[in-house]
Amino acid sequence: MFYREAGQFKTTYGADQAVFPIRQDQVFVAIWLAIGFFLVPLISSEYLLRAILIPFLILALAALGLNLLVGYCGQLSLGTGGFMAVGAYAAYNLCVRIPALNPLVAFLLAGGVATLVGIAFGIPSLRIKGYYLAVATLAAQFFLDWVFSRVAWFTNNTPSGSISAPPVTLFQFAFDTPVRKYLLCLAFLVLFAVVAKNLVRGRIGRAWMATRDMDVAAEIIGIRPMYAKLSAFAVSSFFIGVAGGLWAFIHLGSWEPLAFDVNRSFSILFMVIIGGLGSILGSFLGAAFITVLPLLLNQLPQWLSVPISTAMISHLEAMIFGSLIVFFLIVEPLGLARLWRIAKEKLRLWPFPY
Amino acid sequence: MPKLCDAKTLLLAAAVTGALGATSELLAQANEQFIPALVYRSGPYAPNGVPFANGYADYLNLINERDGGINGVKIVFEECETGYATDRGVECYERLKGKGPTGAAAFSPLSTGITYALTEKVSADKIPLITMGYGRSESVDGSVFMWNFPLLGTYWDAADVLIQHIGNLNGGLDKLKGKKIALVYHDSPYGKEPIPLLQERSRRHGFELVTIPVTHPGVEQKAAWLQIRQGRPDYVLLWGWGVMNSTAIKEAVAVNYPRDHMFGVWWAGAEPDVLPAGADAKGYNALALQHSAGQGPVHADILKYVYGKGKGAGQKEDVGHVLYNRGLINSMLLVESIRTAQAKFGKKPMTGEQVRWGIENLNLDQKRISQLGLFGMLQPLKVSCNDHEGARQARIHQWDGTKWVFVSGWIQADESVIRPMVDEASAKYAKEKNLVRRDCKVS
Repeated sequence: MFYREAGQFKTTYGADQAVFPIRQDQVFVAIWLAIGFFLVPLISSEYLLRAILIPFLILALAALGLNLLVGYCGQLSLGTGGFMAVGAYAAYNLCVRIPALNPLVAFLLAGGVATLVGIAFGIPSLRIKGYYLAVATLAAQFFLDWVFSRVAWFTNNTPSGSISAPPVTLFQFAFDTPVRKYLLCLAFLVLFAVVAKNLVRGRIGRAWMATRDMDVAAEIIGIRPMYAKLSAFAVSSFFIGVAGGLWAFIHLGSWEPLAFDVNRSFSILFMVIIGGLGSILGSFLGAAFITVLPLLLNQLPQWLSVPISTAMISHLEAMIFGSLIVFFLIVEPLGLARLWRIAKEKLRLWPFPY
Repeated sequence: MPKLCDAKTLLLAAAVTGALGATSELLAQANEQFIPALVYRSGPYAPNGVPFANGYADYLNLINERDGGINGVKIVFEECETGYATDRGVECYERLKGKGPTGAAAFSPLSTGITYALTEKVSADKIPLITMGYGRSESVDGSVFMWNFPLLGTYWDAADVLIQHIGNLNGGLDKLKGKKIALVYHDSPYGKEPIPLLQERSRRHGFELVTIPVTHPGVEQKAAWLQIRQGRPDYVLLWGWGVMNSTAIKEAVAVNYPRDHMFGVWWAGAEPDVLPAGADAKGYNALALQHSAGQGPVHADILKYVYGKGKGAGQKEDVGHVLYNRGLINSMLLVESIRTAQAKFGKKPMTGEQVRWGIENLNLDQKRISQLGLFGMLQPLKVSCNDHEGARQARIHQWDGTKWVFVSGWIQADESVIRPMVDEASAKYAKEKNLVRRDCKVS
């Protein structure tokens, strides 16, 4: 009943090809955007913005990027942390070496640098696939880690290897308060989500999905695998590179190579898998699950006024979090996004299911 | 129906008591000083993080139980688990910074990585950062680093004292010429911190410096010690933390490197570092950040007032271990700073800004140290705007198989070597951040 599209007639091709063809979806997205842009900045505490929402938005952007590669094009990658590091260090070096450059422009240029690196490490995907490709991208992760902690040039010869980002401004407007930072990250995420959604609906996205489903068949119907795979690596790395720049400049402010280690790669891959492979919505749900849930679990005992020792809380956090991952993978292997799709189907028939 | 009614009354009752509880809590809060504790009681660094956190908590409990707070202002403290991870540390900081009636008094993150991440945030939030024996070495310069306090010593001091000690062993610093000294370090801002000082010293005295990084968390060090077996350096400096230290000692045994030629920093010189290696650790040296293991009158009080009432954070037997004492001294320094601030601003909960003034004007003489029950564990220290360290002396202690024994007298880090480096590094930071130097003569 809630999701019935009966009576919504499309009279133009444009209306039929809209991103959200169903009225309910349009309303839904509009409400979420209104909440995100207007309500959240009004009611959120500094802690909520700085410690939960900003990391969530940035990692959602990285998960979105990885989902294009893994979920849509079927190329397994474990190098996400490394590509984020490329974005972060490229943005830092661009800002330090070209002082006139605006950091926001530097983020986009850093995304470009990450694209080039991503394509370079994507070349093996033309010959190898599946687990073997995962191992090759893992090598990229370790190589990039090594470069940024060993080559002093990248950290501007900082002896400790920890560098701090210059402030982010736009026409005298400084993104220094939590609300401004949050809005900046949200704007980036919305912009990139629109781009991603349109990419996967178009020719390029279809080429990726055909490659994912059966690369030999895709080649036979005229899709060039080299073009499809490398473009997936390029677009994905661009997203991830921008996310890396945001993570370093907006969230951390000062960081060391350890901020982008292999654990980062794993956690973003888990976001994609748990959220739903090949789903834009899934990237958001997965990012929320992986970033917010551990923090909730960590603070729950205190909210309930249950006296548990700090060590016990962190052990419990790991145990419950781990078992929830297993639970969701068993109950819904296609990800949290699939749960939403099922809910939508049910709502469509409600209250007369058959 | 009656069932529903019951549920309703219950809910109502719960709401009323909840509201009452909240108001009484509010009233009680007015005279409380909130002290946050960033700890790690889990993960690869837990063996060292746990005793430190216990000492930190026990001393605060002691002040509440024995003295009824700091001049009557009760201490409330809350722990937050960072797991030594920078991002979780920042989350904990955000979580705790606004608690209590006056906000967090000061943060001690016990991680150089977290210190770097928080340095800019604390100056915006006006909360001091006490990094006792770790953190940014250039933050000694309080005219630039207004909110950072590397009390008792920095890694540059540590490296300098170690080189001086090795010089003494050889009959003078000039005898170091042609020697080979290896630094085995945790590959993080923590481990990289001493390198500039060691390079400077190696330039002056002509010894060869070999730097060998060990990847976090340091359980895999075969490659590093293979390098040592091939290079055979005369001395090995160990800049490790957590499980990395005991692994390093075991690897030294495996490549037959003499333990008495190994010198750990003060974070590589506690019981959890040597005990896992067993008898093989005998002869291993490490710096002591002022104190070693041992008990003083303050420990007797802790056993009586805290453990006697069942409020101890850890095991009774661990009271007085090296890292336990370090946690204790860390919270003692903070409590004394709050006391100093109260002398100026009144006997009420202090804000972060007032605590900062208190730390900067902290002056502990021998008499006060004895009063605190820490005689012999701490040298007098005096903090000032120009000198955010307060003291820069250390001793070397050696593991004799069962306990730590001092093998050197007090060695003072050489200001003439370190200060120019501090000035240069802090000037670079000030320029990067467009900071105006504070005039130390005014405040």
